[in-house]
Parts: sequence; C-alpha cells; structure tokens
Amino acid sequence: MTDSPVLQIEDLRTQFLTHGGIAKAVDGVSYHVNRGETLGVVGESGCGKSVTALSVMRLVPDPPGRIVSGRVLLHGQDLLELDEAAMRRVRGNRIGMIFQEPMTSLNPVLTVGRQIEEVVALHQNLPARQAAERAVEMLRLVQIPEPQRRAREYPHQLSGGMRQRVMIAMALSCNPEVLIADEPTTALDVTIQAQILELIREIQQRTGTAIVLITHDLGVIAETADRVVVMYAGKKVEEAPVTALFDAPLHPYTRGLMVSMPRLDSPLGPERGELPEIPGMVPSLSALPEGCRFAPRCPLAVQQCREEPPLIEYAPGHVAACWRAGE
Amino acid sequence: MLRIVLRRLGATIPVMLVVAVVVFLMLHLSAGDPAAIIAGDNATEEDIALLRKSLGLDRPLAEQFVQWIWQLAQGDLGVSIFNRVPVATMIAQRMEPTIALTVLTMTLAVSLAVPLGVLAAWRVGTWVDHTIMALAVAAFSCPVFLIGYALVQQFARTWKVLPVQGYTPLSEGLVPFLLHLALPAISLGLIYTALLARMTRSTMLEVLGEDYIRTARAKGLGVRQVLLQHGLRNAAVPIVTTIGLGIALLIGGVVVAESVFAIPGIGRLTVEALQQRDYPVIQGVILVSSLAYVLVNLLIDLSYLLLDPRIRY
Ligand SMILES: Nc1ncnc2c1ncn2[C@@H]1O[C@H](COP(=O)(O)OP(=O)(O)O)[C@@H](O)[C@H]1O
Ligand SMILES: [Mg+2]
Repeated sequence: MTDSPVLQIEDLRTQFLTHGGIAKAVDGVSYHVNRGETLGVVGESGCGKSVTALSVMRLVPDPPGRIVSGRVLLHGQDLLELDEAAMRRVRGNRIGMIFQEPMTSLNPVLTVGRQIEEVVALHQNLPARQAAERAVEMLRLVQIPEPQRRAREYPHQLSGGMRQRVMIAMALSCNPEVLIADEPTTALDVTIQAQILELIREIQQRTGTAIVLITHDLGVIAETADRVVVMYAGKKVEEAPVTALFDAPLHPYTRGLMVSMPRLDSPLGPERGELPEIPGMVPSLSALPEGCRFAPRCPLAVQQCREEPPLIEYAPGHVAACWRAGE
Repeated sequence: MLRIVLRRLGATIPVMLVVAVVVFLMLHLSAGDPAAIIAGDNATEEDIALLRKSLGLDRPLAEQFVQWIWQLAQGDLGVSIFNRVPVATMIAQRMEPTIALTVLTMTLAVSLAVPLGVLAAWRVGTWVDHTIMALAVAAFSCPVFLIGYALVQQFARTWKVLPVQGYTPLSEGLVPFLLHLALPAISLGLIYTALLARMTRSTMLEVLGEDYIRTARAKGLGVRQVLLQHGLRNAAVPIVTTIGLGIALLIGGVVVAESVFAIPGIGRLTVEALQQRDYPVIQGVILVSSLAYVLVNLLIDLSYLLLDPRIRY
C-alpha cells in the first residue's frame, strides 16, 4: 500500500444557475484519497457531497450546473481538461460510481447481466461471451446466490439489497482505481446496510481500490472510513483520521453531528427524529452569510466569525476551518 | 407466450360480436324497411315483398341475426345492392391501396418522428429543439386536404416530378407504386409525424431525467448508447401506444386522402357506398375496419410484453 493519492480534488468550485441566483454547491473543496484507503465524506443533506462526486465524473447536469474552477487529478492527470471521449474512457473504467437509489439506478428493461456486460464490453473490449462470463463472475463476487440465473433477471425481480450488489458489481467490473459510493446504503434497511458495507470493505481489501464513501450518517463513517472529510454548505470544514475525528472533533458543526448521531445504547433508541438536531437550517447556497457559513447556527459564534475562517492544521492530518477550534 | 396470444385473440371475439350487433341493428332498426332500401327507389310493392321473403327479412330479428352471423363467420359479407358483387370481393379488391397507403404513411411518420423527437429531447432548450417543435406545431395545424393540395400544386403541377393522382399496384413495379403514394402518404403522415415527434420528445425528456440514465453515463457509455439503449428502450411503450393510436386515427384520414388523390381504396369504396346507400357494403366496410382496429390494438398490447419485462398479462 503506497500513500500517493489516487484521486485528488483541488479547490473545486461547482455552481448552479437557479431562479434564486447562483448556488455555490461546491465552493473550493479539496480532498484526496489514497490507494487502499476509504475516505468518508459526511455532512447534512444538501451540503454538496453528491455534486462534488458528480463533478469528479463530470456528470453535473449542465444546464443548470457548471464546474467553474479547480482540478480533479486522477494519478496526477486533470480530468477537467480531458475531452469528452477521453472522459468516457475514465467513467466506469478507472472510476466506478454507485448511487443512493438502488430501486431506480438500474435500467428496468435490461437484464442485470446485460447491464454489467455492457460496461465490461465497452472498456475491456471483450467479445460478448466473455463479457457475459465476466458479468456472472462479478455477480458471484458480490455474493449474489445463483449468479447464472440472476444475470438473466430484470431489476424488478431483485430486492433493494440485491440491486445495490448489482450496482457494486457493475461499478467494480472494470477494476477501477477509485470507487465513489454516494450514500450506497441510505435507502436500505439496517441489516442489509451492514452487509453491503461489509461487502465493500472485503472487496477493497482484495483489490486495493481507493474508496470515497459519501454519507450523511456518522455511524457509517465510524464503521468504514479511514479518514473523514466533513462538509458544510459547499465547503470542507474539517478533515481528520477517523479516530482523531471521533476522539477530538474540532469544528462545532462536527460536534453537532456527533450529538445528533443515533446510538444503539441511547435511551431514546435509534429513532433519528427523537434525537437532538443541530438547531437552525442549512443556509441557502445562493444567499450565504458573510464569513463562516455555520456561524448563524453555531453555539460558539463570536464577532470574529463574520470573517471567513481558514483551514488550519491542528494535529497531523487534522484540519478544521473554525476560529475557535484551537481553544 | 403462445397461450397469452391465444387468450388475447379469444378476448377479441366478444368485442367483434358487439360491433356486429351494432352494425346489424344499424340496418334493421334505424334505416327503416331494409327490404325497401335493398330493393331500391324504383321497386314496386310486390318486388319488395318478394325480396323480403327471399332474404328472410320476414323472420324474427334474432333468427335473422344468427343467420347473418353464421354467414359472416364463413366470410360471407353479403352482396352489394348496387352491382350485385359479393361485398367480400369488393373489399378485397380495394384493400391493397389502403393497406399500402397506411403502412407507407406510418413508416414515414415513425422513421421521421422518432429520431426527431429523440434529437429534440437530447438537445432540449436549444435551437434544434425549438426548430423541431415549431415545425411540429405547424404540421399539426394543417389539415390533410390543404397539405395535399399544396403538395400536388408544387410537386405534381409546377415541378412535374410526381403524379397528380391515381394509384398503381405494387405488382406493376416498386417505383411507380411509391411515386403514386408519395404525396398522399406525406400529406396524410405529416400530422402523425408531428404528434409522434412531440410524444417521443416528452417521453424521452422524462426518461432522460431518470437515475438509470445517470448510471448509464457513469459507466462511460456514449451518447448513442445512452439515448437509444437506455433512453429509447424505456420510452418505447408510450411511443408504441401513440403509433397504435395513429393507425386507428388514420382510418378516418385515409378516406380524405383517397378522395383527394383518387386512390381506389377502402376509403373511396366507403364514400361510394354511402352515396349509393349500399348498406351491405357499408356494413362490410365497418366490420372489416373494426376488425383491423381490434387486431392492431392486440398487436400493440402484445408488443408491450417484448418492450417491458415488468408487464405481464
Ligand atoms: N440539478 C440541480 N439543480 C440545481 N441545484 C442543484 C442541483 N443539484 C444540486 N443542486 C444544489 O447543490 C446543493 C448540493 O447538493 P448535493 O451535492 O446533492 O447535496 P448532498 O450533500 O446531499 O449530496 C443542493 O443543495 C442544491 O442547492
Ligand atoms: Mg447526495
């Protein structure tokens, strides 16, 4: 395992032109992921996690979205500078992606085998029969029982968990260097969720794929991530190795997330709605407050927070953007 | 699959029976004395009485109906009052031009409209989309006869590249056959092209917003594969439904087109029969076109099975 970044995002800015003005969905985000590593990206819904991932794949819907600036380096090569044909050779081949909605992310009129074959045939130039064999092999790898038979079935014949396994099989079928998993278990129930995370972990150990795991659930982060990026309103507000983050969270937003994190030993039970939430609302991305974006909701906010806090490294690999983080 | 086809085929029998009852009653209840109508304006009372007896029209209605259905089941549609030729023969003779016109029109419409609709959806909001949709609106608001006359004026009279009117059967060669049908098919097909293009566009727009399209793009597939294999395949059911609807609506349009272009098809036969009050012919035409309509619908329904694996009958 080497520590050179496989994927490195630098100062990425992606905006949407909406009726209410320009929404700065991703506003200067940088993160990287190494070989064999799982980077967790966490934050409340709407903070720009998915848009960052879609920007890496250059799949941001345009219009209304546009990548304004920044770099997305895959082994040092800037993907934002590739032409469309070259970018297509990256998608599904060198970077695989899994989405949140297993129910709707598979094409309902094609067999699941066919949907895996398609991507293998495309990138690995395999003849039809070998592509079909590879599809079955991938289904076996993601532990779908009777893969031969399942390959001939349509998505509606499979359960949500099975479909997500198919998505994983599809995303990994060309041995990508990076797997981006955008809330891969959010739509699944708890036991299936654990199985899917376990599967992803197992495959990673075998293949060394770098994983970017996006979630709004710190519980998932605690179980799977090596390193964590916390995002708020289009910005990275904290980054740390996973143990450091849970042991000593620096940003008040991260602490807020931890307080509202469901715990099995909590007397309130795992029901999310009954737990204390961070008060206030995520600001509109087209009308952001001056200075620190979290200040209006922050219990520690002071005068100084009217100015934007820089990202400062407080411990090795542990950075946060908060004026009061050092206290 | 075969069982489904047979079951669905069986289900058309009651529908056709209802049509038959209506057609039968049309003559026997609403048109006055069928014998008098069949005998014509110059017949005497004795002629009519004789005819009534020979046709069995003096027997109870139910008995007559059974008799009539029995004949229909054997392919006997009766005899034309006007020229004493069996109705089945008359219809058979007029079938080719109508089928040729319908098939050509729909082929033209589909092969033009579907690509245009897909293109407009893919390029939504751009000038390509706006142009295609503006053309569709224009085509949609022009009646068949108007387009027909305009096309005839330009292509047949001014440029003299296409015949003004008439029909040559396929047996006399593909080129003259197509040349004669070109103008009628274009004028008849324009509205369906417009309808289908709009339908294709809106269905494709919806499909292109689906998550599985994003998945397809994340796999690195090219535009053509994303649009056709993942997009159009999922838009197929509504599009095919519209095509089926178009064929049904075409039955009315064909009458006009055949009149404008003097094509000796079923449409013209219907107009002639109506003018001559040739009831057996009218009945025959209604029955045959209803059957065609029911069968087209059946075919459309069955095609859903192939197009969408989630559909089971
Ligand atoms: N298709 C779109 N059109 C307009 N705005 C969008 C679109 N997709 C995302 N956004 C904006 O980007 C913000 C971040 O979205 P997203 O990255 O999906 O959040 P999440 O962190 O939940 O994945 C949203 O709050 C929204 O304002
Ligand atoms: Mg998201």
